[in-house]
Amino acid sequence: MEDKTLYTITIFSENTVGVLNQIATIFTRRQLNIETLSVSPSAIKGIHKFTITSYADSDETMKKLVKQIDKRVDILKAYFNTNEDLVHQEIALYKIETAKLLATSQVEKLVRKHNAHILDVNEHSTVIQKTGHYKDTQALFDELAESIGVLQFIRSGRVAITKSKVERLSDMLAKREAKGENEQISK
Amino acid sequence: MKEEYSEQSTISGSEALIRSLLAEEVETIFGYPGGAIMPVFDALYDHRDEIKHILVRHEQAAIHAAQGYARVSRKTGVALVTSGPGATNVITGVTDAMMDSTPLVVISGQVASGLLGSDAFQEADVIGLTMPVTKWAYQIRRVEDIPWAVSRAFYIAASGRPGPVVLDIAKDAQLNRHPFSYKKTDFLRSYDPFPDVEEDDIRAAAALIRSAKKPLALVGQGVILANAEEELKAFLEKADIPFGSTILGLSAIASSHPLNCGMLGMHGNLSPNIKTNECDVLIAIGMRFDDRVTGNLNTYARQAKIIHFDIDEAELNKNVKATVKVLGNAKQTLPMVTGLLEKQSHAEWIEEFKPYEQKEFECVIKEEIHPGAGPIKMGEVVHKVTEATGNKAVCATDVGQNQMMGTRYFKFTQTRSMITSGGLGTMGFGLPAGIGAKVGAPGRTVCIFVGDGGLQMTMQEFGTIMEYDIDVKIILLNNNFLGMVRQWQELFFDERYSETRMKNPDFIKIADAYGIKGRKVIDREELDGAIEEMLAHKGAYLLEVVVETKGMVYPMIPAGGCVSDILLGNGHSLY
Repeated sequence: MEDKTLYTITIFSENTVGVLNQIATIFTRRQLNIETLSVSPSAIKGIHKFTITSYADSDETMKKLVKQIDKRVDILKAYFNTNEDLVHQEIALYKIETAKLLATSQVEKLVRKHNAHILDVNEHSTVIQKTGHYKDTQALFDELAESIGVLQFIRSGRVAITKSKVERLSDMLAKREAKGENEQISK
Repeated sequence: MKEEYSEQSTISGSEALIRSLLAEEVETIFGYPGGAIMPVFDALYDHRDEIKHILVRHEQAAIHAAQGYARVSRKTGVALVTSGPGATNVITGVTDAMMDSTPLVVISGQVASGLLGSDAFQEADVIGLTMPVTKWAYQIRRVEDIPWAVSRAFYIAASGRPGPVVLDIAKDAQLNRHPFSYKKTDFLRSYDPFPDVEEDDIRAAAALIRSAKKPLALVGQGVILANAEEELKAFLEKADIPFGSTILGLSAIASSHPLNCGMLGMHGNLSPNIKTNECDVLIAIGMRFDDRVTGNLNTYARQAKIIHFDIDEAELNKNVKATVKVLGNAKQTLPMVTGLLEKQSHAEWIEEFKPYEQKEFECVIKEEIHPGAGPIKMGEVVHKVTEATGNKAVCATDVGQNQMMGTRYFKFTQTRSMITSGGLGTMGFGLPAGIGAKVGAPGRTVCIFVGDGGLQMTMQEFGTIMEYDIDVKIILLNNNFLGMVRQWQELFFDERYSETRMKNPDFIKIADAYGIKGRKVIDREELDGAIEEMLAHKGAYLLEVVVETKGMVYPMIPAGGCVSDILLGNGHSLY
């Protein structure tokens, strides 16, 4: 991954069947790997938001990718950012043996040090949660794995929000609807 | 909508589909029936006076015919096929239409919604298969969605940068009943085919054009699709800008126009290709800098400032970085720029094109169209045919040498006269596309140039020609080789003719079996008479011309090369 930058691509789409397939194809054609993917309903009813991360060699590649995604009929808006423009988070869950947790104070120290939380404890296993950047969740994993071992580990895709003032989707939609009405009137 | 309705006020989904097509003013459909689309064909039977259905002999021909129809007529082409193999057989044509921005609505049957995903008989994931090669692909599973989906399909196919749309209709949606109402789509919030034109871009473009001493325009199909031929002409004439056309931009402006310098690209004309690398301002209008036009991008027009007019934002800065980008419909943007220009003159610059035209004529064209002796040449045939039609015919081509000879030597006086597979280069396209073109423009002469290879890919369509009396003039340039591949083998593969020689059937006998009049010409003396006979004949005609076995298309810029690599053949060199 040397010389490549991690980009975050944000896409708003209509909630129709097959949108993910349409998006994924455009990544495939340009030989770009999807590193992480997170999809959820946006704040606006009927509109879904995709947050995708991918390594690419230049802004140019990303511009072309985003324009081709934006071009699809079901896509409302697509844009990309680099890490500097974003506040971003991932969430990770770690399952460890409860017996090992109880045997030493190591886990407590790690949970405090990494600002993690314990979500669930039963007689067999304990689930710890940590949110943060990739390197943060990875650091806790490495330390847990080294000290008492990790039974299971899962990390979510990235969610991100831009720091700068960007056009809000609701404003963009209002503009589009107004343009639509004008077009209809002028007919 | 929870209204009670009586059985009488409802219609079947199939009937709703046909009424939706009628609401979109569809007059002609190219199709082929099968199990999962039978209810639609049944409904079509009741409307056979309103919608003409052309039964092709293979679904691939249905889609290519719809393409030819759309390209000549400005209408959206419609193809109707069954599920599974019916749908997969149209995928080549759908891809072709996507590459060449042809408005199409393809309707495929699909197994009943309850069977979807069960590997049912003749089930194929048509949406999954066609999604990457369509502008929009949608599966209709409920009868009530039919009018809505058809309305969106026609809107999406024809607006903005046109393209193919696939509607995949489950059989139960065709059979179930529902009340019918139809509303044309004219707005989708997620899709803006009418981008706002930025006044600043218009001003920047006009300023650059005003400052240009050596401007060159590149004309693409975007002009034809926008119906902006007159606007283009006004612009070019006022600014006095010479232009070259992409293969799909051919015929936008008459071949004889004094500013028309011919075709761009690999087998294009010398002067516009060479001047691309000498101009100071390059104005690309509705074209997409395909690699067959540009060759090596690192040596392409590096000296020039580039203005790119296009309606598709994804094309801007995709292959070539533009100094000024003008996003919008050429019919709107061109007059805005023209309005900011004073009458200009570039007589000296235009004069610089002449030596290259002369050079190309001396080294290539003269020998190709007036060889005098020896075997008949391909360019000679095309030249004689276009002359005999007064340059007024529609030219459809297949792919390969026949295509390059057709595009190089056929001349045009009318727009929408060049029907060829530009982006995808689909062999087998010519005959069915020519059939579609004749159906779409019945008043025009349609000349189809095919090779012996491509003709045999869709030759079954002689049956369609026979059944519907489609008056197409088929000119078979027969060299008993896959000529273009053979040409590359000769130039780049040490003359190792791997799998390009063909043992061919008696084409005239085959045509005869379909009731198509035909004539085979070997001797040059017979050629004029045969062309005359073909054009005078009422009905389809196959003119087979046995041409030079090892004919070559020149000039040629080898793939990935640049203008200094141009090959002229016959021992000629550029400098």
